[in-house]
Amino acid sequence: MTRDEITAGLAEILEEVAGVSPDDVAEGKSFTDDLDVDSLSMVEVVVAAEEKFGVKIPDNEVQNLKTVGDAVSYIEAQS
Amino acid sequence: MTRSDVVVTGLGATTPLGGDVASTWDAMLNGRSGVSALTQEWAEQLPVRIAAQLAVDPAIVLDRVKLRRLDRSEAIALIAAHQAWADAGLADARPDGERVGVSIGSGIGGAVTLLAQDDILEASGPRRVSPHTVPMLMPNGPAAWVGLELGAQAGVHSVASACATGAEAIALGLDMIRSGRADVVVAGGTEAVIHPLPIAGFASMRAMSTRNDEPQRASRPWDKGRDGFVLGEGAGIVVLERAEHAAARGARVYARLAGSGITSDGYDIVQPHPEGAGAIRAIEKAIADADVAKSDIVHVNAHATSTPVGDLAEIKALHQALGDHPVLTATKSMSGHLLGAAGALESIATILAIRDGVVPPTINLDDPDDSLDLDVVTNKAREMSIEAALNNSFGFGGHNVALVFTRV
Repeated sequence: MTRDEITAGLAEILEEVAGVSPDDVAEGKSFTDDLDVDSLSMVEVVVAAEEKFGVKIPDNEVQNLKTVGDAVSYIEAQS
Repeated sequence: MTRSDVVVTGLGATTPLGGDVASTWDAMLNGRSGVSALTQEWAEQLPVRIAAQLAVDPAIVLDRVKLRRLDRSEAIALIAAHQAWADAGLADARPDGERVGVSIGSGIGGAVTLLAQDDILEASGPRRVSPHTVPMLMPNGPAAWVGLELGAQAGVHSVASACATGAEAIALGLDMIRSGRADVVVAGGTEAVIHPLPIAGFASMRAMSTRNDEPQRASRPWDKGRDGFVLGEGAGIVVLERAEHAAARGARVYARLAGSGITSDGYDIVQPHPEGAGAIRAIEKAIADADVAKSDIVHVNAHATSTPVGDLAEIKALHQALGDHPVLTATKSMSGHLLGAAGALESIATILAIRDGVVPPTINLDDPDDSLDLDVVTNKAREMSIEAALNNSFGFGGHNVALVFTRV
């Protein structure tokens, strides 16, 4: 899966869970500061991403995933 | 220090009769029933297959992402509260948040969320349980959400007294303003538990009507053929305001909340006291608190849920506490029983009866119980001038709440 495909998959999740417009989702965007994803919604994003991409994202990793790009890199490395 | 007068300056509701106060009130005045058959698959095995479901689905009013994190009881409380807030002119007036309080309760709370998340837990494991579960099911959730969205910082409260909740929440709002803790209180009740488990539980108590083949005729307070209440869902919210505060901003006033009376039976966990002893004391306290005479109370919006025992106990209590002059109605005949929201919706009906000079009918009272010897408005609304009116609410647990509203 390419980085763009992972980004697109995350955009789908973000729209479903937090109402984020897919047009706003890009690797440089911060989940909290740019996309307004609060801590509870972030939990939902993580669980949905685990399911969608078949990876494990432990809680202690989530705090390192500040931007969409961080998440894409983590998922890319795990899958 | 003289006691503050408290007035009602805003109303909001979403009910089985309409998505707002105007449509709900219109349905009541025209004697329309909000009860229908439950056609969902889960209802097939239930002894009770009727309910009063919301006329307007919250999904039409609130956006999808917001609804994901709200229990249905929270969503409809928010809808009704925003209506009431706007109706009071407060959406534009932006009052000092530190002087705004919230008092909104629910009889059962987020039970449907609890059950839905338990299904997920069983099927998919703990990691799949929504992180929104706790704020969705906590009993203070509706009040907290309303407080959050309206910027209320004078205290957010969520009383729970079963079917007296909505009225008790309004009584607490009155106390908050009188005690000087707030100038404005958004008060009322909300309930959304049309789900097989609560229905099965109430049905096992033999508390619900099983008139499944005639849904619109099932809720029939004081009728000989009554066989239990009909479960309804909805939210009713009023904006209470210190009279001077309302006057200072030129607010439109519906009525005055003149007094409240709260008692507890100490008799049985679910049965009302057979002579209505606690109810009598609640009504007497409310009248004394309102500083009106018994004879001034010309109209009563009764609790009257359509159960064989409860309806008659209330009649006895009204005789004892007021005499034989008040004109009664039971709007649950149309709305069904909104449990924790009932006292709030019926307060709204009482307030509008005073403002408009008209009492909505009790429908389905075709063959009155022999013990019913008070004047009940049936079939058609009745015009009458109302200076003061009473709203009764009673709840499992032996809660009795009476509210007196007067014309301004």
